[in-house]
Amino acid sequence: MPVVAIPALMRNLTDGEDSVTIPGATIREVIDNLETRYPGTKAKLCDGDRIHPSIGVYINGVVTRVGMHARVDADAELHFLPAISGGVADILH
Amino acid sequence: MSEKKEYKVIGTRPIRHDGVDKVTGRAIYGADFQITGLLHGRVLRSPHAHARIVSIDTSRAEAHPGVKGVVTAQDLPTAEDKMADLGEGAVNLKYLCDNILASDKVLYKGHAIAAVAATDPHIAEEACELIDVEYEVLPPVLEVRAAMEADAPILHENLRTSSLGETGDKPSNVASHLQHKKGDIEKGFDEADIVIEREFVTGTVHQGYIEPHNATALYNPDGQLTVWCSTQGAFTVREQLAEILQYPISKIKVVPLEIGGGFGGKINVYIKPVAALLAKKTGKPVKVLMNRADVFEGTGPTPASYITVKMGATKDGKITAAQTSMVFEAGAYPGSPVGAGAMCIFAPYNTENVLIDGYDVVVNKPKTAPYRAPGATNAAFGSETVIDELAEELNIDPLEMRLMNGAKEGDHRADGPVFPRIGFIETVEAAKTHPHYTAPNGKKHHGRGVASGFWFNIGLESSVTINVNPDGTVNLVEGSTDIGGTRASIAMQAAEVLGIPAESVNPTVVDTNSIGYTAVTGGSRTTYATGYAAYEAAQDVVKQMIGRAAKLWDVNEANVQFADGEFSSINGKEEQISFRDLSARLGETGGPVVGRATMNPAGAGGAFATHVVDVAVDEETGKVEILRYTATQDAGKAIHPSYVEGQIQGGVVQGIGWALNEEYIYNAEGEMTNASFLDYRMPTCLDLPMIDAVIVEVPNPGHPYGVRGVGEVPIVPPPAAIANAIYDAIGIRMTELPMSPDRLLKAMGKI
Amino acid sequence: MARKSHVQTTINGEAVEFLCEPRQSLLEVLRDELHLTGAKEGCNNGNCGACSVILDGRLVNSCLVLGVETDGKSVETIEGLAEPDKLHPIQDAFLENAALQCGICTPGFIMSAKALLDQNPNPTEHEVRYWLAGNLCRCTGYDKIVRAVLDAAAAT
Repeated sequence: MPVVAIPALMRNLTDGEDSVTIPGATIREVIDNLETRYPGTKAKLCDGDRIHPSIGVYINGVVTRVGMHARVDADAELHFLPAISGGVADILH
Repeated sequence: MSEKKEYKVIGTRPIRHDGVDKVTGRAIYGADFQITGLLHGRVLRSPHAHARIVSIDTSRAEAHPGVKGVVTAQDLPTAEDKMADLGEGAVNLKYLCDNILASDKVLYKGHAIAAVAATDPHIAEEACELIDVEYEVLPPVLEVRAAMEADAPILHENLRTSSLGETGDKPSNVASHLQHKKGDIEKGFDEADIVIEREFVTGTVHQGYIEPHNATALYNPDGQLTVWCSTQGAFTVREQLAEILQYPISKIKVVPLEIGGGFGGKINVYIKPVAALLAKKTGKPVKVLMNRADVFEGTGPTPASYITVKMGATKDGKITAAQTSMVFEAGAYPGSPVGAGAMCIFAPYNTENVLIDGYDVVVNKPKTAPYRAPGATNAAFGSETVIDELAEELNIDPLEMRLMNGAKEGDHRADGPVFPRIGFIETVEAAKTHPHYTAPNGKKHHGRGVASGFWFNIGLESSVTINVNPDGTVNLVEGSTDIGGTRASIAMQAAEVLGIPAESVNPTVVDTNSIGYTAVTGGSRTTYATGYAAYEAAQDVVKQMIGRAAKLWDVNEANVQFADGEFSSINGKEEQISFRDLSARLGETGGPVVGRATMNPAGAGGAFATHVVDVAVDEETGKVEILRYTATQDAGKAIHPSYVEGQIQGGVVQGIGWALNEEYIYNAEGEMTNASFLDYRMPTCLDLPMIDAVIVEVPNPGHPYGVRGVGEVPIVPPPAAIANAIYDAIGIRMTELPMSPDRLLKAMGKI
Repeated sequence: MARKSHVQTTINGEAVEFLCEPRQSLLEVLRDELHLTGAKEGCNNGNCGACSVILDGRLVNSCLVLGVETDGKSVETIEGLAEPDKLHPIQDAFLENAALQCGICTPGFIMSAKALLDQNPNPTEHEVRYWLAGNLCRCTGYDKIVRAVLDAAAAT
């Protein structure tokens, strides 16, 4: 099952766990299942039905460009980190 | 990508395509643009660092002969109206609009308040002095630690500290807090035999591009808005104009002219919406130019910062724990690059136990903007100085210390994600074996220092089309503005695929109506991502041309192959035709061939650099002279090595300026007192030796030729490397930037 | 508005007449009146050298010279350097050495280098650095610019 690294400032929602295994074949499924197990987490990561623009999703060390649609391998490692836009008018987001 | 590939074009050094225009003065930069009926705009700026605007009276300016129009924030669509339904977005939009023309408060000296369009730039300037603004002056706060005090003047009454979705309950200058946590930091320090903790302060610095901002705007009666300007990204200008002016994207065309440097500072817009407002008001084209003081005081510098770094290591040199608190000034509105700095600070080292806290703090200075590897240089000044001190205390060679702890493929970055193939170790090895590092270094008051740096690089969207000409050349159309030779590095990637010389590709950078969306020239992305799109567009051309050859020879496409610029048939017919000859026969085989590709690649591949510097410290004056400088860097694959070297050399020298001279100097009223190139002292060629750029090539698996972005990381190591060299020379650890003569004299106890 | 003056001058070997206000700098006249936009404005106070031109054989920042001062004088700008079918050796050397990135400072550097080589055809590296210290470049770190000027000196 994919391993999700829990952002430090979200660990109050995961009983202090810094890393949890969550089932799911896409980022959407993983986030929905994470929310089921740890209510409140989805609201931190998503803006409505998409990844919050200020967050970048790393799958096995590579930032995905397709957000919730990204496919996730069974042994994938996921990180949610601040998004880096190359300086593009961050204030717009 | 491990085998060495033979390339015909990649790795060569052709003359850049835009070179002749640029050495003859014919290239048209933003300020060079001319159009019939042009008016000239000028912006009135705040003399105060922090004040409430009580009233603005423009009547005397409007009556001045030659004045055709005056605009203020009243002419911008008001963001407040949308606050109720858009929430956070509307707050951000208000910040964005207020930075263009202040509505209720001015938050820094130089903050734009109003603008005039007149028949002549001098008249516009005179008219600005006739605008009567009444202010209620407020106390400014100029430094992050002061801004975090409980009784600090508050810049934004509605600003609350946000911490991953949690929001504070009272007004604060701390816009946000972020945190990365890995392992057990206390356990890590317990395991250490030595722990070093230091505080660092860095000054506010500017990108210092030589060309001031500029914009010419024209509204047609049908509502079509055209803006000619120099920018790092025409499409992001279009987006920002659409937001600020609340105007449809379909009615905005942005034409990027040549750009005289950006380094991150020409992404955000300042006077472009102002030119548009003036054009709308007057019905004439209006050109607005900044002068140098406007650039310093009215555009985004990169933040000052206050950073603490604490690291522990075992006797044999293994780093067991790394902790930092990074406080970055955002300037007048939230949005410093503290997030990027936090991702970079410990990235070169494989450390089990990490705790990183970052704070974004507003102060009464211009809203900060990106500057080459935003945040990473501030960060590395702290971490790379502490690592040097650890190595010294443990009596380990500082490069050896980096080799022992250096991150490799499969290691986890300090903030979490796993590294793909990276070349950090290779840059350290290249520095360690370089004749510079092995040369003796023992003269009195001479010292040698090293430091490393990381920048992740980005991908983002790029579009390229390639039109085949009948003479076997191609016209390549792209949307990435060329700031440092990217027409060449992009064209060369297409040429390699097509088996034609670099000179047979004519690259053109076009406006937002003429190419697919292309993100900014920034993030070290252009040769990587737009180059990748050129590669794919050229592959599309090859695919179509194979179809044409098959038609010509009446064979199946599967039986046509393309190699070394020649199409040939396999299986049966012995046919062969060159790319050039087939280009002449496109009409008869189905019409023109246009290749196209759009990309949003994910595998930008991180960039690492390791620098070695020798300095001499003058004990009487405190001046630091750079005697020798060597910069090693993993470029993945250097497409045009001369321009890769150029990026490295340029980044190093900006880093030297940041290290030794450059800073915004403020008086107590919050006025910048050195807003000119005389007093904001950037390096000249007399301050420098040659810069030895050593290109290391560890191909990036995320690009067909192995390219990694090269533009940003070279600015990251210099301040730390120079601080370490100064320590080697005089035995004093400098922890404040810039390490200017006065600070050195103070540190040496001479003043 | 002040009354305009009538100025007769020579620019790149051609007789040129123009009208300008007393407050207009030579840089403004070149760019706005004569549309010779090769000289660039980087600072407008003599600190960056992007507007360098040669006035009666002497290197000047055109932002620090008034347009009216050029009456009866001779001005050389970047636009006059190349022949119709051949670049000046300094221009060639800048291209061969990749001595430019964004290119905004390039016309100024080339004019400064020409003024140097006109009076000192074989400068040392230090002399090149000393002479070009009035021109700021923010992209290149100067390495390739200095090499280009030394190459141009060697080629002529």
